[in-house]
Amino acid sequence: MITRRQFLRYGVRGAALLAAAGALRGQPAYRAATGDEPVRSLSASDRHVLAAVAPVILAGTAAASQPVEAIVGSIDRAVAGLPPHLQSEVGQLLALLASWPGRRWIAGVGSPWVEASREEIAAFLERWRFSRWALLQQGYHALHELVLAAWYARPDSWAAIAYPGPPEVS
Amino acid sequence: MIRDPIRAGLASGWKVTDAAALDRDLALDADVAIVGTGAGGGVTAEILTAAGLDVVLVEEGPLRSSTDFRMLEAEAYPQLYQESAARKTLDKAITVLQGRCVGGSTTVNWTSSLRPPESTLRAWREQFGLTGLDAGALAPWFERMERRLSIQPWTVPPNENNALLARGAAKLGIATEAIPRNVVGCWNIGYCGMGCPTNAKQSMLVTTIPAALGRGARLLCSARGERLALHRNRAVGLECAALDGRGVQRTGRRIRIRAKHYVLAAGAIGSPALLIRSGAPDPYRLLGRRTFLHPTVISAAVMPQQVDGFAGAPQTILSDHFLEPATDRPLGFKLEVPPLHPALFGMTLQGFGAPHAALMRNFRAAQVIIALLRDGFHPGSAGGVVGTRSDGSPVLSYPLTPAFWASARRALLVMAEIQFAAGARSVLPVHERARPYSSWAEARAAIDALPLEPLLTRIVSAHVMGGCGMADGPQRGVVDSGGRHFQLGNVSVHDGSVFPTSLGANPQLSIYALTARNASALAEALTGKTPAIG
Repeated sequence: MITRRQFLRYGVRGAALLAAAGALRGQPAYRAATGDEPVRSLSASDRHVLAAVAPVILAGTAAASQPVEAIVGSIDRAVAGLPPHLQSEVGQLLALLASWPGRRWIAGVGSPWVEASREEIAAFLERWRFSRWALLQQGYHALHELVLAAWYARPDSWAAIAYPGPPEVS
Repeated sequence: MIRDPIRAGLASGWKVTDAAALDRDLALDADVAIVGTGAGGGVTAEILTAAGLDVVLVEEGPLRSSTDFRMLEAEAYPQLYQESAARKTLDKAITVLQGRCVGGSTTVNWTSSLRPPESTLRAWREQFGLTGLDAGALAPWFERMERRLSIQPWTVPPNENNALLARGAAKLGIATEAIPRNVVGCWNIGYCGMGCPTNAKQSMLVTTIPAALGRGARLLCSARGERLALHRNRAVGLECAALDGRGVQRTGRRIRIRAKHYVLAAGAIGSPALLIRSGAPDPYRLLGRRTFLHPTVISAAVMPQQVDGFAGAPQTILSDHFLEPATDRPLGFKLEVPPLHPALFGMTLQGFGAPHAALMRNFRAAQVIIALLRDGFHPGSAGGVVGTRSDGSPVLSYPLTPAFWASARRALLVMAEIQFAAGARSVLPVHERARPYSSWAEARAAIDALPLEPLLTRIVSAHVMGGCGMADGPQRGVVDSGGRHFQLGNVSVHDGSVFPTSLGANPQLSIYALTARNASALAEALTGKTPAIG
């Protein structure tokens, strides 16, 4: 847990860390897609963060009955379609969260992502959502949109909200 | 089987090049190079080719058509929208929806076809000296484009999402009206935003662009117009970069087009950015400034009945009751209704986890009203500024001012009151600090107390305007009322970026009509002949 006072202390260091995490990571890995080959834009550590965070954002949906890897795969494909500047921002955010100081001090999550409890992750999301720091609010919104857009674009999410899908047109 | 006019045209020998597939650089010559194939580029191409001019169209997005339009958000947003529909302003506070495909935003818009309010044209005359643009002078151009694109009142009953706006407003004595649409034989399906699967929507994709291609125009798609090469206040070339098949990375192949005249129609973020990258003269520091969005706030209700906001023509009722500013709203606003589809709805609603999932379970009972604020008229609403990132990509910085927030609060109140009058069980202002309220009194007290700030209040835009504003002289405009650049002799801007304020109406028809007027004048200037009015 990070208090406002602590953040003031760590804020500058956090911004520097964010920049460093991005710089270390460099340009996001990119492989040109032709046809239906699987598209990958995220690193293994990026995927670990999302595999922990996505089930908390999607709590209460039918996502719990799907393998989390499938949902992370949908997010990965969506990120691969973003322009380079957005891929780079998503990469910086996930690299920050995957790093020990980023997770511990900026996100305030004490346990490694695979061990963190749902409550701990939900508390982190709430802190960022209502943070006074625009950078953290932006990080919350990025996670919110990536996860929810990827999930509700999947036909396996539709039954629970009674969406029949598009009509037949021919 | 629905006939696909694009596939048929390609089979008939249209000159279309997918730059993603280029294995070498290209150099082309033409009379006119047009950057962008949306409302401005499409109409310009049709009129210039009718005048016998040799035209090359350059489109950043892909060529997709009815056969490809499968009404799936997972496909439509990455293929057809700028930045996969995730484009945002610099501070991430406003999501900006723009098309990026052949036909531009006209391929994915919701078909609303409105003339601008007279008060907008009056402000242009009074503040920007645009005396030639009164409603009477523009009427023939509006009529011409309304005929060309079959724009007519929509006489089919509105879907429940729109009908609820009409019924709730009527209970409060607030007038609403039907929205004319550019459709022929519309199936009333509701997926206009993902590309029309039946070719009923008279977008540029199925009207002006096929006409131009049929007359021999060339189209380069997956090609980004990057910069104009300039020499002594004239453009001497257009430099383009080929993009890969998903429109993400440059392939390294370049296209250089040499033309007598260059028309920028890349939209109100793309066109100013192209001029900025080109180092275009900007003696009065106006380029990219006064960019407007109709910044839009959202109110979601749960109705006792099934609404099915995904089904039926998406946007058919509006209210202009609050369009003009008043003491309680420094910026006036327009009330409309959006289509509701799961991914866009899910990512727009606030919160996560169980509360968000509970909101989504009411998906079929959801009714949504949007208020589009009319920016650019009040002194406290000067719009945003387009700039470029280090990689050349455009970015819009848009400050949200006290005048905006005061009007946004009024709009959230009005929408909630209308929704309760229409019978809503609960109303949810789309704001991180709001929750569903079960009565108008409760909602009113909550909205009065909401902290209206960026990143707490959800703000979206689908109408980008300005940035290359027109005026009677270079001291207050980038282009003249004919769209001609004040400093660059052979460059015109034909898109929403020429509007010196926001419109107060969905922009497509205003772009069509002004472009028809300006492209006709350009055709005459380039050929020496008066074009026949079609």
